[in-house]
Amino acid sequence: MTDSSETGSYPSSWKKAPFIKNSFVRWLIIVGGAIYLAAALGTMNIDLERVKEGLPRAQRFLDSFFPPNFSDNRGVLWEGIAESIWMAIISTVAGIALSIPVGLGAARNLAPAWVYLFCRGVIAASRTFPEIILAIFAVKLFGFGPFAGFVALSLGTIGFYAKLLAEDIENSSASQAEAVKATGANWFQWVNYSIQPQVMPRMIGLSIYRLDINFRESAVVGIVGGGGIGATLNTSFSRYEFDTAAAILIIIILIVMCMEYTSSFFRKWVQ
Amino acid sequence: MLQLAELTKKYNTGELALKGVTLEIPKGQVLALIGPSGAGKSTLIRCVNRLVQPTSGSVVLKGTELTKLSSSALRKARRRMGMIFQEYALVERLTVMENVLSGRLGYVGFWRSYFRKFPSADIQEAYRLLDRVGLKHMADKRADELSGGQRQRVGICRALIQNPDLLLVDEPTASLDPKTSRQIMRLIQELCSERGLTAIINIHDVFLAQMFSQRVVGLELGSVVYDGKPEGLTPEVLTRIYGEEDWSATIKSTDEDDEDEEEF
Amino acid sequence: MPASTNNGIETWRLRTSKEQWIRWVCWLIGIAVIMYAWQMISEKTVWFFVTDAPTQAADIGSRMVPPKWSYMNKLWKPVWDTINIATIGTIIAMAIAVPVAFATARNTTPNIVVRTIGLFIIVSSRSVNSLIWALILVFILGPGVLAGTIAIGLRSVGFCAKLIYESIEEIDHTQVEAIEATGASGPQKMIFGILPQVLPTIAGVGIYRWDINIRESTILGLVGAGGIGLQLNGSLNTLAWTQVSLILIVILVTVFISEWVSAKVRGAII
Repeated sequence: MTDSSETGSYPSSWKKAPFIKNSFVRWLIIVGGAIYLAAALGTMNIDLERVKEGLPRAQRFLDSFFPPNFSDNRGVLWEGIAESIWMAIISTVAGIALSIPVGLGAARNLAPAWVYLFCRGVIAASRTFPEIILAIFAVKLFGFGPFAGFVALSLGTIGFYAKLLAEDIENSSASQAEAVKATGANWFQWVNYSIQPQVMPRMIGLSIYRLDINFRESAVVGIVGGGGIGATLNTSFSRYEFDTAAAILIIIILIVMCMEYTSSFFRKWVQ
Repeated sequence: MLQLAELTKKYNTGELALKGVTLEIPKGQVLALIGPSGAGKSTLIRCVNRLVQPTSGSVVLKGTELTKLSSSALRKARRRMGMIFQEYALVERLTVMENVLSGRLGYVGFWRSYFRKFPSADIQEAYRLLDRVGLKHMADKRADELSGGQRQRVGICRALIQNPDLLLVDEPTASLDPKTSRQIMRLIQELCSERGLTAIINIHDVFLAQMFSQRVVGLELGSVVYDGKPEGLTPEVLTRIYGEEDWSATIKSTDEDDEDEEEF
Repeated sequence: MPASTNNGIETWRLRTSKEQWIRWVCWLIGIAVIMYAWQMISEKTVWFFVTDAPTQAADIGSRMVPPKWSYMNKLWKPVWDTINIATIGTIIAMAIAVPVAFATARNTTPNIVVRTIGLFIIVSSRSVNSLIWALILVFILGPGVLAGTIAIGLRSVGFCAKLIYESIEEIDHTQVEAIEATGASGPQKMIFGILPQVLPTIAGVGIYRWDINIRESTILGLVGAGGIGLQLNGSLNTLAWTQVSLILIVILVTVFISEWVSAKVRGAII
């Protein structure tokens, strides 16, 4: 442009190199992906008639949000909410209490190999199954009611909390840990003085986050009989009391919003 | 070619970064802007291309008043001002070529730029510039694979492909080692004289400023406290700009630097 | 300095008296809340069932082995459905989440009203569990895979949009500034300055969420929204414990494979 005599010697076209260099692999992925998507959508059996039939129901459901009915089943509603909150609190506390030994055991820099493998196994098992499946079994074992929900949520908490605790410990500064060890501290003193101060702030934040998750989950364990607001919600759905269901959903959203706000506030305060 | 008149910037925090700066820069002049951190150097050059909106005063480039332009006219005006950044400011996950071509964004439409279909003249120019700075073979590397000096050269190419009248250079050597710093400064100086470019260079380093510029402006707390030849930077002047310090060593070392000029 | 004078001798203490008191009060409140919560839960518990649980567990456990391997023939289709629900649900979610994230992030939002709407979408999608979404959608669309897919999609929008908008807010602003300085227009700034910086996050979040969705879609069948949960529910209701154990094994394997795939793909992209 500025010097036209020289431009001739430079290439005048340029293409960005594709993300996957090998063109065979690239096409394989593109074609394979397309075939999979087509097949998956094919088995989805989208029945337009059925959807059309459902639209008035959707309308009715949406209508019931304006206004939601907080008053008709007020007693049951608030009882369900309260039960969910208590369930969330107690299962978070119990879950964390169980998580701490498991988490310490699952940190490679703290535990001997066999403890490490065992604790990692516990975490993997707890993480694989959704809380609902844990709740189904808890209900079979402990009967209907919040106790089953409590057990399910506590077990679910282990998979989450112990894993993050273990990872945090593994990422903590080795030099600080070494310095405390060098003073001749025993294992507990060592963990207490070198590891705990490093992981504590994040762990407090995470426990509030988990409380938030447990509350949300407590809204669904009720569907399989684990008590809490989920049970109320399920009942109102099966009785077609959509206005009550709408009220419950609104309350859940509000409480979760509050929790998120407090948890972010707490995390700032802790750090 | 560029006139700043009574340029003032007050940030929302209440900090007065520029206090009525007036400067006149003729075509082809390379001006070094020195001063302590927080003196308003960065704010000054960002007020020129309005990455920072000046509070009052005027900026006139080739007869166009920039401070009042509408956003589309501003985009057109920005095409005539190339900017080189501290810490390079390359888009790290794009390739070198894409980074250079991004300098032409003001000239091409959205969809052409989206599909990376730049005009062939731009592509030739990009290759030519990359060759000029010795990076033609790196065109398809991702920007974050490059070393600091190489990244800054790509940054220079990005500014030059705009075919600018004015170069705004913000601390080009702040994160480079002394040798690379000199190479980069020399490159900027050479390119400016090749193309007859006007340049404002913010720089921390007093002797780099002396070595590579024709005029030095010292800024302190948002006001011009020195404006003159690089040779005029006496210990008294430096004290006025930076405050009390033993400046004799700084000035002496400038002479030594000239000796290893053949290094590049 | 938290030192106290005790009989004229300076003693070092970690906290001042006031801090110590506040701590005690906090602990006391905490413990009271926990005790009360426990009280509320245990009131509604039939303790006979709880004490009986070990026997029950042993009983169910013995009925669950050996898994009924022949039932596998009937599980291939549900597994396929489960994977499809997760995949297509994630695609739907990402298609909605990316624009929502850009509309919500502080540095790319057009205005405060749009940002508020974006935040509201994110919160409501996140606070309602996919099972509840499924429950609602089964009422509207009838039981089946479609309801499950949309439930997964709606549930994932908030999660994905939240992570993406946070990463948009954390981008390196000078790179965007550099693009702006060339005279680029707003949309060009987006594709050259912002998108390259957040693209790895977008891909990573999508794959991460797909992995979570595989797990979530295994249970949607409990409310009739398709997938392997349907078989699980049926087997549980008919007390076919050997089928239940096989389904659990299948879920375990599916989840492990999806975790492995997602780790591989993320490794390749980032």
